[in-house]
Parts: sequence; C-alpha cells; structure tokens
Amino acid sequence: MLLYAGTSRLWASTRYAGKGQPYPTIKAALTACRNGDTVIVTKGIYREGNLIIDKPICFSGAGMPVLDGELKYEILSVKSSDVTIKGFQLQHSGRAVMSDPGAIKVYDAKNVLIEDNVLIDNYFGVYLQYSTHCTVKNNVITASQKEEHESGNGIHCWKGDSLQIIGNRIAGHRDGIYFEFVTHSVIWRNISHHNLRYGLHFMFSNDDAYITNYFKNNGAGVAVMFTKRVTMINNTFEENWGDAAYGVLFKELTDCYLSGNKFLRNTTGIFFDGSNRITIEHNIFRANGWGMRMQANCMDNVIRENNFIGNTFDVTTNGSLTLNHFSENYWDKYQGYDLDKDKTGDVPFHPLSLYAVIVEKNPPAMLLYQSFMVNLLDKSEKIMPSLTPENFVDNTPRMIPYKL
Amino acid sequence: MIRILKYVALDILKTKIVIAYTIMLALLSWSAFSLEDNAAKGLVTVLNIVLLTVPLVSVLFATIYVYNSTEFIELLLSHPVKRSMIWKALFTGLSVSMTVAYIVGIGIPLLIFTDLATALIMIVSGSLLSVIFVAIAFLASILTRDKAKGIGISIMLWLYFALLFDGLVLFLFFQFSDYPIEKPIVILSALSPVDLCRILMLLRLDVSAMMGYTGAIFQHFFGNNWGLLLSFSLLTLWVVVPFYFSLRKFNKRDL
Repeated sequence: MLLYAGTSRLWASTRYAGKGQPYPTIKAALTACRNGDTVIVTKGIYREGNLIIDKPICFSGAGMPVLDGELKYEILSVKSSDVTIKGFQLQHSGRAVMSDPGAIKVYDAKNVLIEDNVLIDNYFGVYLQYSTHCTVKNNVITASQKEEHESGNGIHCWKGDSLQIIGNRIAGHRDGIYFEFVTHSVIWRNISHHNLRYGLHFMFSNDDAYITNYFKNNGAGVAVMFTKRVTMINNTFEENWGDAAYGVLFKELTDCYLSGNKFLRNTTGIFFDGSNRITIEHNIFRANGWGMRMQANCMDNVIRENNFIGNTFDVTTNGSLTLNHFSENYWDKYQGYDLDKDKTGDVPFHPLSLYAVIVEKNPPAMLLYQSFMVNLLDKSEKIMPSLTPENFVDNTPRMIPYKL
Repeated sequence: MIRILKYVALDILKTKIVIAYTIMLALLSWSAFSLEDNAAKGLVTVLNIVLLTVPLVSVLFATIYVYNSTEFIELLLSHPVKRSMIWKALFTGLSVSMTVAYIVGIGIPLLIFTDLATALIMIVSGSLLSVIFVAIAFLASILTRDKAKGIGISIMLWLYFALLFDGLVLFLFFQFSDYPIEKPIVILSALSPVDLCRILMLLRLDVSAMMGYTGAIFQHFFGNNWGLLLSFSLLTLWVVVPFYFSLRKFNKRDL
C-alpha cells in the first residue's frame, strides 16, 4: 500500500488544457491523464458537453475557466474517488426531470473535494449520490428559475455519509441544501437565501449537525423531517414570511439539540409536528408571528433559557394535553414580579394566551388582533386560566433577558 | 356659513376642552413611543388609544356641545340664514376642531417615530374616525330632545362600535367556524368604522401573513391601492350617511 502510494506520487504530473496548451480540449486532457495527475484548465469558455472524471485526479481551473452545459448536458460527472474540483465557473447545465443533471454530479465516490467554484443557472448545482467523505466548500451557487418544478436543488445529497458542506452561498434554487439519507455529516457556515422552497431540506438524515448557517427569505424556510439526533447550533433563520413559511419546520424529529439559534421576523419561528425529546436552549425568538407552534402530538421537549421578545404570540398549541417542559425562559410578555431578587419571577408564566388558542382553532379570528374585546379576554384569562391548559406553564420565568 | 363657522370655532376654543384633549393625546402617544422599546410596539399602543379614546371623546363632546348650543341655534334661526347652513357649520366646526386636535396630538409623534406611509394611513383613518363619531353624535342628538337620553344613545353607540361589535364578530366566528366565513366577515367588518380602521392598520403591521386564508383575502381586498381607496370611501360613507339623516331631521324639525 505504501509502495503503491509512493509510486503513484512519483509518476504524477501536471497537464495543461486549453487554447495553446498541450491539450486543446479538456476531454483530451481527461483521457490522457493518469491516476494522481493534476489537470489545469486555463482561462476560456468551454462547451464540450458532458465531461466525465473517472480517475483520481485534481481538476483545477486557472483564472476561472467557464464550463458551459448549453442547457443540454450534465457538465461534470465524477465517477471516481479522490477527485478535487477547484476554481471553475459552471453554467447552464441541462434540465431533465428523469436524470436530474447537475453542474457537478458525483456518483458512488469517496473523498471528493469540490471547492471555490461558481455555479450559475444550473438545474442541480452540486449533486452527491451514494457518496461518502466528500467536501463541498466555498462555492457560490445561484439560479434564477421562477417555478419549483423547473428548478433543482443547490447542493443535493442523496445517500451519503460523513459529508462536509462548508461556506457555500446558495440562492435561487428549489432547495438550497437538500439532505436525504445522509448521516454523520456537517453543514457549516453556509448562506442560503431566496430559494424557491426550503433553505435547507433534511429528510431521513440521522446524526448530522448544522452550525452557524444563515437562512433568509426562503419560500418556506427550513424543513427538518423524519430524522433523529440532529444538532443545530448558532444558525439564523430570518424573514421567512408567508402563510406556509416557517423559520424551521420539525416533522417527526426526535432526540435533537438546538442552541444559540436566532429566529427573526418569521411567520412561525419553529413549527413542531410529531417531534419528541428535543432540547431547545439559549435561542432567541424575536419579532415572529408565532415564536413556536407546538402541535399536541409532541412530547418531552425541553424549552429552557430562551429569549422570547416581541413576538405576536410566543407559543401556541392545538390541543389541551401538554407534555413538554418550559423553564427559565425570558418572556417579554411576563408581568410578574421578583421579590427575592433571584432574577426569577415569583409567579409562573402561562405563555399560551387565550387569543392564541382561539386563533389556532379558528384562524380567521386573527382579524380581531389588537381589538379591545380580545385584549380584555386575554387579560382575564391570564389572571384566571380556564380555557388554556393549566400545565402549559413556565414556573421559573426569567426577569431579564439572557445575553445571547 | 364662514361667519357661523368662526363663531363655532371660537366657542369651541373657549371651552378649552379640545386643547386639553390635544395635550392628553400628545402625552399618551409620546409616552407610548418613548416607553416601548421598538416603534412597532409603540404603534400598537397608539392604535389602541386611537381606537378607544378618539371615538369616545368625539362622540361625547359633540353630543353635549350640540345640546348646549340649542339656544345659539334658535338665535341663529331668527336671522335670515338657511337652516341646513347652520347645521353644516356646526358640524364642520366640531369636526375640524376634533381632527386638528387628533393631528396635533397623535399625528406629529406618528410622523416622527414611524415610516411615512404608516403614519399617513393612521392619520387619515384617525381623522376620519373623529369625523365619523361627530356625525354619529349629531344623529344621536337630533333623535331626541332629552339631553340625558341623547348622551345615553351616544355612549351606547360608542360601546357598540368599540366593544360589542368585536364580541359579536368573535361569536359569529365560533358559531360558523365550520363554514367558509371569510368573505362575509370581510363585509361585516366594513359595518364598523372602528374595525375598518383597525384592519387597515393591521395590514400595515404585516400580521396579514398570520391570518392565513383570511389574511390573503384581506390583503387582496384592502392591501392594494384600490382596496385602500375603497376602505377610505367606506369610512367617508360613515361620515356622510349619519350626517345626512341628521340634517334631514334637523331641516324638518319644529324648534
């Protein structure tokens, strides 16, 4: 093994492709190269249809060469492990619903690195299929389709393990980042905004983490579904505004951990549906329509030490049974007092207002928002809860907001 | 008419109540904007003040004023002035003073603390609300000669529009929650000027996304410029209709 590695290193060479170079076309360079070679493409526009990389090489662009798919071809197909793709502008990939062509599509490969590329107006951007230990890093991915069905995803990962999606900017695709059956992976420092559907779409992908990402103004926010053990830290979910838009949608999610996330100006900060054993702490919910909407089919979630500031409704639910635990949160609607000065309010806080319950059952009642009658009903319900569930309560509300 | 208007305006100024009302509105709105940590929250507080106090003060002050100026009206009638002119001048004088009080008291802080479009909508709808309740007061005071009864009617009408109407709407929501009631509710809401003003402001506050289907209908209905025009003309109708009926009654009345 060592010997093999040594010899291949010895034999590796650098091949230049492009106008006035030893290889006039990229195809010729790709055919001629051997395992471990570096193929450097010089500046220019290349329309060579579908390029297949089936050897472990470093495929690199000098001066951002443009690979154009002419709206017909998949541009780069990676069918080998240990490939590096770096420094290209890939544009106008083919559009086909059956074969899902991408600007870069990786088939059954390991250790592929896709770095510093610019992807413009492709169907799928980067497509990883049955791939493990791949890294997609610092790419700029944009598209401009108007309809969901005409558009593919920015970074699409289907069946994979140990992937790293780092520092990409994605805009205008159907889903910014799409994960299905991907495990032990990390999504870190990406910016996903103005995508048609979700900024991040997560399905059946266990044991992943997404950290310090920024999701803004996506059609329906972010969806994390049918998944176990996801860690979500320090992300920002902003301005996902619309009837069916959520900061994050949790569906059938279990054993997850959220910390340090910011939910700003969303219609709904977090929507819980059938999600259990999730710990939510040190997050900020600010200026949302609903901070959280927790369906009654959720249980054993722990919501502690968060700031709820300036939301129309902090929390709402659609049933009377509550099996979730709220504690030590800061609620700006809390009107209690703190006589013993331990920074914890002396009377419990019921975050669920009567009006929130009415609206949940009867959405048009939102029409009466800020009407005197409704405010009056809310006040009396706060003093003597009769219709809102008794145990939907934070027994230790904080008096001052956390510094998060 | 101008001369009568001048007398009415001077008389209203002399009572100093309108000045006190202006100062009170200004105090409320300035404190609301400076105490709340963000302008949107301040706006909601001011909205509540506007929807509650402006109609109340307008309707009460106007009713009592009309009753108190019965002798003045009789005096004018002995002069060669058209009957309707007297009533119109009285109405204009009261409306103008209530509107000016509102604009000075609440309009200025609104213009300073919120964006221009929101402030303008709020100023226009609040001014219309003042005038609407003056018109309602005129109708209430012409309906009966008894002062106590007239003031009673005014207060009842205010209670109905400011409090009871929302309760009724809420009740209807519950009773007919199984039916598609969005469109009837939209029409129903036009039947209360207070609610119409509130909804106009709600659309500015961007909670329409939370209203689901109703919100969509509302945004569609009132959100665009035509909707704005329509709702303002509906509000104008709320001025014209009560005043027209009171005028008709005043013209025929044996004083």
